[in-house]
Amino acid sequence: MFRTQLKYIFLALFSLTFAINPALANTDTVANEGIMLINEKSIAHEEVEKEETDIVETILHHVSDANENHLGTMGHTHLTIPLPCILINKETKKVSFFMSSAFHHAPEGIIDGYKMEHSRVVDAQTGKRDTFYDLSITKNVFNMLIGFVLLTILFFVIKSSYEKRKGQAPKGAQSFMEPIIDFLIDDIVVKNIGPNYKKYLPFLLSVFFFILINNLLGLVPFLGSINSSGNISFTMALALCSLLVINLNGTKDYWGHIFAMPGVPKWVLIILTPIELLGVILKPAVLMLRLFGNIIGGHITVLSIVSLIFIMGKMGQSMGGAAAGGAVAFPILLFVNALELFVAFLQAYVFTLLTAVFIGAAIEEHHHAEEHH
Amino acid sequence: MLLKFDTLSLLTPDLGLVFWTTIIFLVFWFIVGKKALGPIANAIKDREASINDALNAAEKAKAEMSQLQADNANLLKEAREESAKILKEAKDIKESVIADAHNRAKDEAAKIIADAKAEIDTQKKKALEEVKNELSQFSVEIAEKILNRELSTSKDHQQYINSLVENINNN
Repeated sequence: MFRTQLKYIFLALFSLTFAINPALANTDTVANEGIMLINEKSIAHEEVEKEETDIVETILHHVSDANENHLGTMGHTHLTIPLPCILINKETKKVSFFMSSAFHHAPEGIIDGYKMEHSRVVDAQTGKRDTFYDLSITKNVFNMLIGFVLLTILFFVIKSSYEKRKGQAPKGAQSFMEPIIDFLIDDIVVKNIGPNYKKYLPFLLSVFFFILINNLLGLVPFLGSINSSGNISFTMALALCSLLVINLNGTKDYWGHIFAMPGVPKWVLIILTPIELLGVILKPAVLMLRLFGNIIGGHITVLSIVSLIFIMGKMGQSMGGAAAGGAVAFPILLFVNALELFVAFLQAYVFTLLTAVFIGAAIEEHHHAEEHH
Repeated sequence: MLLKFDTLSLLTPDLGLVFWTTIIFLVFWFIVGKKALGPIANAIKDREASINDALNAAEKAKAEMSQLQADNANLLKEAREESAKILKEAKDIKESVIADAHNRAKDEAAKIIADAKAEIDTQKKKALEEVKNELSQFSVEIAEKILNRELSTSKDHQQYINSLVENINNN
């Protein structure tokens, strides 16, 4: 988490340097206006700073969830996929259900006391989101469903080819996925869980592929900047599932080690037991933060580098600056995207691996517990 | 730089999204995970096991084959040795038989010769005896005829004749 924040701060500073440095900001003054006076320079400086604030906000909006899927803007036409909004008012318990596109036709853009602000539904009066429950199919839910459908088709096709070509060599998609699945079974599941691995196999494989598809979808450009797995809610939901699977399968030994570590003096337990109990929550919490931090960090990096084009192009005022920004951004972007592709696999792997390790530790039978401690 | 955006919202879990993620993941787990990924994993492991078995069986068959070949070679070698031995024995037997026959023939011949010699000797003795007898008969007859004329004349003659006869008999 710390690393991610650091990355975020660094990038924000990195992009800011371009804006604040007057020399850089004015590289295109000759091509643009000609002579620039000192007072004009200070005005331009303020404008750039404001634009910069806009860019940071744009980036943060891009990585946040939204109640509509905004794909892009062509001139004045917004390409937006409307998504269903399901809103429950906390006080009146009134359930509102409508498509997000309805806001654009509603009088003053207000429906049932809600309005849309930066693609997000807010209370029309307070402008905040704490007066209602938002169970809408949001951008992230929508993208998750795309991933879900893709994986469902893929794996049922593969399953049917395994049934059709039983005992034969794999073919097509089957042979593409087989090494991955085989690797997951051998190096994650069996290695950490042991001979009773079959019970946990569907869960662990599901976790891996569910995270992976959302990570990979997040790398596809022009789909409305998908950031499902870089959202803390997404990682929290998965971490909660892991928490339940780990602890509901915990053996007596596992709980015994948490509540009363064998071979430890009684008074030490007063300190040790709370730490162990905290560990039960912390393990999945770390999973949650690691995945969230890595993916959102990657997305902010990519968006920041893309923003170079807008910053150096001074928001469309300078084509030369935009071209220079593009020239600078393109190789970095290529590198960062390749890195993100690796991270997409790595984080899915790490999440699954650690879940398997925790499950393995929870179901392990300690035969010689007294000797060890 | 003042941000209107509430950066803390990025770190605050959203109830709706947690809810939908959980639902979608659980559905994914129970439908795709249990109905597709599980069977796929089982199929992969089953095939892996069957391939391993087949490879092991092939390896075993190969070892058996080479063992069999070695056995065959051994058998062939033994048979060859056996036949050589039999041939040698037959040759020995042949030689000894021939040698035997040779010796026996030699002995037989020697015996026959010896027998023939003995026979000849006896025959010769017999013939000599007969000749002697004939001769003595003749002599006696001749002597008788002579003596019949002279015997009466002298006793000395008689004595002399007797000694003659004695001599002949001794011969």
